[in-house]
Amino acid sequence: MQEIMNRMKARAIALLADGTVSRVMGWEKGEGEYDWSPALFENAEEMEAFVYGDYAGANLSKYCLKLGKLEGKTLVILKPCDTLSFKQLIHEHRLEREKFYIIGAGCTGMKDEKGALLKCNACKSKEFAIYDEIIDSEESRKPTGVMDRMAGVADLEQMTAQERYDFWQGELSRCIRCNACRNVCPACTCIKCVFDNPASGVQSKAPVTSFEENMFHIIRAYHVAGRCTDCGECSRVCPQNIPLHLLNRKLIKDMNELYGEYQAGEGDEERTPLTSYTKEDAEPGIVHERGRA
Amino acid sequence: MQKIGVFVCWCGSNIAGTVDVEAVAEAMKTVPGVVFSTHYQYMCSAAGQKLIADAIHEHHLDGIVVASCSPRMHENTFRKTAEAAGLNPYMVEIANIREQCSWIHKDKEEGTAKAIVLAKAAVAKLLHNKPLTAGTSAVTKRCLVIGGGIAGIQTALDVADAGYEVDIVEQRPTIGGRMAQLDKTFPTLDCSACILTPKMVEAAQNEKINIISYAKVEKVDGFVGNFRATIRKKARCVDETKCTGCSLYMNKCPSKKGKDEFNMEMNNRPAIYIPFAQAIPNVAVIDPEQCVKLKTGKCGLCQKVCTAGAIDYTQQDELMEREYGAIVVATGFKPIDPSPLNEYGYAENADVITSLELERLMNAAGPTKGTLLRPSDLKHPHEIVFIQCVGSRCDENTKRGKPYCSKICCMYTAKHAMLIRDKYPDTKVHVFYIDVRTPGKNFDEFYRRAVEQYGVDYIKGMVGKVAREGDKLMVRGSDLISNQQVEIAADLVVLATAIEPDPSARSIGTMLTASMDTNDFFTEAHAKLRPVESPTAGIFLSGVAQGPKDVPETVAQASAAAAKVIGLLAKDHLVTNPCVAGSDELLCNGCSQCEKVCPYGAITYVDKEVRGPGVREVRRVAQVNPAVCQGCGACTVTCPSGAMDLKGFTNQQIMAEVDAICL
Repeated sequence: MQEIMNRMKARAIALLADGTVSRVMGWEKGEGEYDWSPALFENAEEMEAFVYGDYAGANLSKYCLKLGKLEGKTLVILKPCDTLSFKQLIHEHRLEREKFYIIGAGCTGMKDEKGALLKCNACKSKEFAIYDEIIDSEESRKPTGVMDRMAGVADLEQMTAQERYDFWQGELSRCIRCNACRNVCPACTCIKCVFDNPASGVQSKAPVTSFEENMFHIIRAYHVAGRCTDCGECSRVCPQNIPLHLLNRKLIKDMNELYGEYQAGEGDEERTPLTSYTKEDAEPGIVHERGRA
Repeated sequence: MQKIGVFVCWCGSNIAGTVDVEAVAEAMKTVPGVVFSTHYQYMCSAAGQKLIADAIHEHHLDGIVVASCSPRMHENTFRKTAEAAGLNPYMVEIANIREQCSWIHKDKEEGTAKAIVLAKAAVAKLLHNKPLTAGTSAVTKRCLVIGGGIAGIQTALDVADAGYEVDIVEQRPTIGGRMAQLDKTFPTLDCSACILTPKMVEAAQNEKINIISYAKVEKVDGFVGNFRATIRKKARCVDETKCTGCSLYMNKCPSKKGKDEFNMEMNNRPAIYIPFAQAIPNVAVIDPEQCVKLKTGKCGLCQKVCTAGAIDYTQQDELMEREYGAIVVATGFKPIDPSPLNEYGYAENADVITSLELERLMNAAGPTKGTLLRPSDLKHPHEIVFIQCVGSRCDENTKRGKPYCSKICCMYTAKHAMLIRDKYPDTKVHVFYIDVRTPGKNFDEFYRRAVEQYGVDYIKGMVGKVAREGDKLMVRGSDLISNQQVEIAADLVVLATAIEPDPSARSIGTMLTASMDTNDFFTEAHAKLRPVESPTAGIFLSGVAQGPKDVPETVAQASAAAAKVIGLLAKDHLVTNPCVAGSDELLCNGCSQCEKVCPYGAITYVDKEVRGPGVREVRRVAQVNPAVCQGCGACTVTCPSGAMDLKGFTNQQIMAEVDAICL
């Protein structure tokens, strides 16, 4: 990974120097050993602080929303799974392709202080959905993290409705509504979130129970359904360690089963299973039956 | 605070039988915003409407809730009442306490409680209603008729007669449809061609009618009054403007393997042909599957003999775009293929034929020139068995045929039996039937003539097996009246096969977003009161496309559809539905999800300068064409930011209803 980082750094400095890009979106070291943070570099000098390696877990796609509005091109470093988020944002017309120079970064699985990241345990792909050039190594092309991505969901499905309710009540009751999940999510890109919009009526209602407050997460999961690439950033940034990715994965699993395998951000089709209709679609009766199980 | 009036309807005993209407009216008096509440026996009657109008004036009401039947029934009635009394018509809400309450409940106490909740929800919604104003859209004064059978021809003639332009798009090389294939028509036994072909000629000569044959509608956009259709005119390889219909080529064409579709494929035709002598347009067509020239490049004999120089092997399909105000679906039917019903042995025995094949065998222009000869050995049949309801009236679960009655078979079988007995008195004719259905003017008399005057042997019962033995067909069936098994050694067996919608109907239905039933017949807007209109505005139904019909009924419906089309085309402007979607540009992300779910193509995206508090930038935002939007609401539930909202059914209104019910 050190070697990849060095090549990447040299390439970024060169692209800055020849004017291809005006800035570089990457990572820098934080205060602790593990907390590498997304960072913006505008010249070779600043690039001294640039790092790439095992702790560059953050998905930089969402930062591109603002960067895309700046003058000139931005170089953005995207790991294979990050390219899905980026491409999904292109599909949704939130990013303009020509505003970015994308370096696809080889990845051997990312970590934090507790070890491999959740998303890396069940690595989706080593393919880059979108890029201008790839900087990787033989090592980084090998598969990593072969755990069953839906194992956690299957466990939840085994529970009775009451057990599941208790599980989520337990998890979600820890939520402090810091909005970190919403802020980091590359699918949560609304100019104004419904939860911040007084006219939507959700803000002005007092919750009947403390649990209702946490319906926020369920509503959020529905809002990103079909567009969520399962990048796992929501769970990664949650200071309360709520397994939010399980909500998204449940919806992905259901959609895959009802409408066929689908990975948001992959391919060139802008339509998602939830915004398209085909004659082969599951009938509402089937959805209803499954809902009762 | 708004002043709201609530009007609870008894609907005779329809509502009052299971809902205590007085208690509902009383309970509503305590609801915030309600200043007047009453009940009446028939709110939709003149007296009921007057009661509403008087209350609006007397109590200075801002909006009204009518607790009555489904809004599909009388929402418009009460909107007009309110408008006449000076209210905006969209300040009316209907609480459906009939279909959604009284009709489905037996317990009066529960029914009453539910009716109160439904009325409260309507009040909660109404408190958020805003006056809406309908816009107008222009009407293109031209009609598209899809299908050129007797239904399409009749509709076209009537619409053209009123002075409007009509295009008939027919998929086959000629108009005329199924009726052109018939020999005689019941109950008067006129020669079918003698009454149809003059109408075909009339259509061709009418300067308002444009016949686009050998063509299909590929795409339809737009909405009532403003449809735009893309029509593919298939390459005939014959110049329609030059061809004189001389038929000189017929004997020259070396290809003789094409199946004569007009004669139910019972004989062959050349690769270049005119379907029948009276075809309109009387222009040849080259079958690209059979033409030697088109397949190998070597031949060109027809081009050599054509003195008019009409043959053009290089002709390509032509795409044309046309605009229409109204579209009539007259796609007709085809008989089912009875091969899968193997007890009748249709696939194995040439002498088991369908009724439409018999029509051709009895027709002077048919493969046997009108002499009744059986297909296998061209001998005259002396004993004929007709079997009714083949593939009709089947138990849906058995999947052996159609669940419906094909309606025309009883009468045409009586016709066939009678004609055969008349022409060949030495022939014995038996008819196996489940019931004989003859509800039509002079129909029963006709059937009785077959039995009483012509001695046709009607056997009540169905056939279990048709099997060949020597040169006979052994027909085994049951006679339910004598309670005996019967076996008849027949020379010819005729199956009264069920009819089904033409295979093109399904794709046309999808294209037009016109609803269809499970059998692919087009659904009418109201089974009794709007039988010739599709629920999709501007789409009208003519003939068997809507359900099985005989010729007189088809013609009656075709003229009825024409009357509806004329009523539409006579208008210069249409009032549009103001309950359409609209996007809040300040909230719109430009993500295009709404555009993708919109079934009407009403949403487009534009780059636009958006201004608001602290905002002034160019953004990609959604725009709704209110003339195209049908108010279905798919976009509003897809929009993640809530930028898209539906007038008259805003998120706020719907949440208020939900709160009124749940809180």
